[in-house]
Amino acid sequence: MSAAEPAALFGALGDSTRLALVSRLSGGAARSIASLSADARVSRQAVTKHLRVLEQAGLVRSARTGRETRFALRPEAMAPARDYLDSVAAQWEAALGRLKDLVEGAD
Amino acid sequence: MTDRIEKSIVVAAPVERVWRALTDREEFGAWFRVELDGGFEPGKSTRGRMTYAGYEHLRWEAQVERMDAPRLFSFRWHPYAIDPEVDYSSEPMTLVEFRLEAEGRGTRITVTESGFDALPPHRRTEVLPMNDAGWAHQMRNIAEHVGG
Repeated sequence: MSAAEPAALFGALGDSTRLALVSRLSGGAARSIASLSADARVSRQAVTKHLRVLEQAGLVRSARTGRETRFALRPEAMAPARDYLDSVAAQWEAALGRLKDLVEGAD
Repeated sequence: MTDRIEKSIVVAAPVERVWRALTDREEFGAWFRVELDGGFEPGKSTRGRMTYAGYEHLRWEAQVERMDAPRLFSFRWHPYAIDPEVDYSSEPMTLVEFRLEAEGRGTRITVTESGFDALPPHRRTEVLPMNDAGWAHQMRNIAEHVGG
């Protein structure tokens, strides 16, 4: 799996079903598709499809145990997206600092 | 996890003063570091060039969404569209919103930028180098400005 790109991560997370799956997996335990579908409002097939999208983006990993595939969150995959937003946020912070200087200065 | 950034600051100036700094093309240009060809008008695009040291070759463009004086100013743009050889016009834009509220004798300015989830994956490689260099540079600007 390649390093996850922030935009791919945002794309993967930009869906309410997938966001809900990430949230359900955020406890840390690996869960089966059946378990993740049980409390989802969409079909098992849809859950599987969404999990594969998350897996492609590197946000979850899957492992087969016997006949069952279990999915777990990869929290470290969030880092590039978080770093990206942090750097954009830092730029806004700097711009707001300059705006503050401007409006508080003599004019 | 969110695809939205929100930053807020309180300044010791009235809301009307801040509104002018946000929406007057020259004042906006001074703190945003961009030289604009025209003023801001809802529904219209404004173009210009960055005046940021090292990035003067970059074009700047924003589509103004709302100008609800003196409370809300918003525009869409291509964040950090830094490669002059690339035509960004077909890419999704993020939405930048400035909200002003009186707070005490000053003004609270809240800026939000949203819509990063729609950006194409290849954008990151173009984004990070500028952010790193840009941020270090901006920190120095501020330090010089306030420490002066």
